[in-house]
Amino acid sequence: MIEPSAEAYSAENAPPLTKEQAIANLQSPDLSLRYYAAWWLGKNRVRDQAVVDALIVALEDEADRTEMGGYPLRRNAARALGKLGDMRAVPSLIKSLECSDFYVREAAAQSLATLKDIVAAPALMQLLNGGVAAAVPVPGRPHLTQPYEAVLEALGAIGATEAISLIEPFLDHPVPRVQCAAARAMYQLTQDAKYGQRLVQVLDSNDLKLRRVALGDLGAIGYLPAADAIANAKVENSFKLIALKGLLEHQLQQELDVSSLSEDAIRVMNLMDSLL
Amino acid sequence: MTNTQQLIRAVAEADSPARMIAAVQKLAAAQDEAAIPTLIAVFGYNNPAAAVAAVTGLTQLGEVAVPQLLEQIDDYNYGARAYSIRALAAIADPRALDVLLASAATDFAPSVRRAAAKGLGNLRFHKLENPQRQQAQAKALETLMFISQDPDWSIRYAAVVGLQGLAKIPELQQQILAKFAEISTNETEGSLRARVQLAQKQVLG
Repeated sequence: MIEPSAEAYSAENAPPLTKEQAIANLQSPDLSLRYYAAWWLGKNRVRDQAVVDALIVALEDEADRTEMGGYPLRRNAARALGKLGDMRAVPSLIKSLECSDFYVREAAAQSLATLKDIVAAPALMQLLNGGVAAAVPVPGRPHLTQPYEAVLEALGAIGATEAISLIEPFLDHPVPRVQCAAARAMYQLTQDAKYGQRLVQVLDSNDLKLRRVALGDLGAIGYLPAADAIANAKVENSFKLIALKGLLEHQLQQELDVSSLSEDAIRVMNLMDSLL
Repeated sequence: MTNTQQLIRAVAEADSPARMIAAVQKLAAAQDEAAIPTLIAVFGYNNPAAAVAAVTGLTQLGEVAVPQLLEQIDDYNYGARAYSIRALAAIADPRALDVLLASAATDFAPSVRRAAAKGLGNLRFHKLENPQRQQAQAKALETLMFISQDPDWSIRYAAVVGLQGLAKIPELQQQILAKFAEISTNETEGSLRARVQLAQKQVLG
């Protein structure tokens, strides 16, 4: 369910930008320059009030449309706002969850997950309306009716415990990636190891992409008992290192005494060393 | 036909990933120099478990495998290249120095760079005579210092692991500990600061 991103622009094809130029380009009459500038500002994490304001305006853009009715500039603006960490974007991103374009809703949910503002919970929960029964593929499109993975992950990330009963049924959704997102959120909201273990089991899947997804989820939730299973998973070392880094950082946050390293933290680092 | 030739043939004829892994494990266990080219070729088969078995076999063979490992590095397949560098890093023969320096500093593939960075810290420099020994140590230190500022956190992580290895050399220790102190202050990733803390602890015993 991942749309080909603007990363496909290679450095050679794209005009070299400066911060000032990128901000100016957001208002350019050339829509492709606006689209590129929105991506560039997010990628380079240009934290500037003017940038955030301009990107919030771009979330309402009507000029840039695809044949299918999509809003490319809105998608990039929503993605960029998640990277800039400015909470002023939250109300506009919540509004974007109602956009007719699936990919705008997905980008908004992903960005709300990184901004972690609990006020987004009711709007995110709205997207789970109808439960698993409504979470079916849209005919002719490569995605479901809603961006369920992103919504479930966002609810977990922001700590929306009121959503637990809505999330739990998605553990049995027919799409494995949605199941993973539900397990990830359930673990974050309950800290119950059985959800972490579900993700560990996915590391034995025959599907390499799914194993990578599970690694990402385990890293995101910092599920320490998975450390050895992560190190032994049949996945490229780069993915394992990122997952173990997630475990390590989670562990460091738990430790109040910053002057000494715990046995667990050292164990994770030894595993990381072995993967270099 | 010798036993090793039969084992080599079994690798060539393996018709499933599982048979390939089993065949490579047997060939690696034979510890015969005649197996070296076949074991290196396995790096290019896109079968990670078989490649790991081949790295293990070559590492156990040790120095005798180094010339062919150096000659047969695959410039067009970064997956295969990473396994070659891992084997060279594990054998730790200082003849690999130039390849490890170049790989750590300029390879485009992070997996290759990380393996080389770790390897640079653990070469058996004592096999060299001075002044070559001091020059080699200085080059390894210079490269690891340089890549400890890489934008990619995983490269910085590998650089710290490499520097920790180099810090066993008494003449380099002060400089490396000063670098660790600098990283502790400036590094934004908590995981990197933790790895530096572990390195400091282990260096100072």
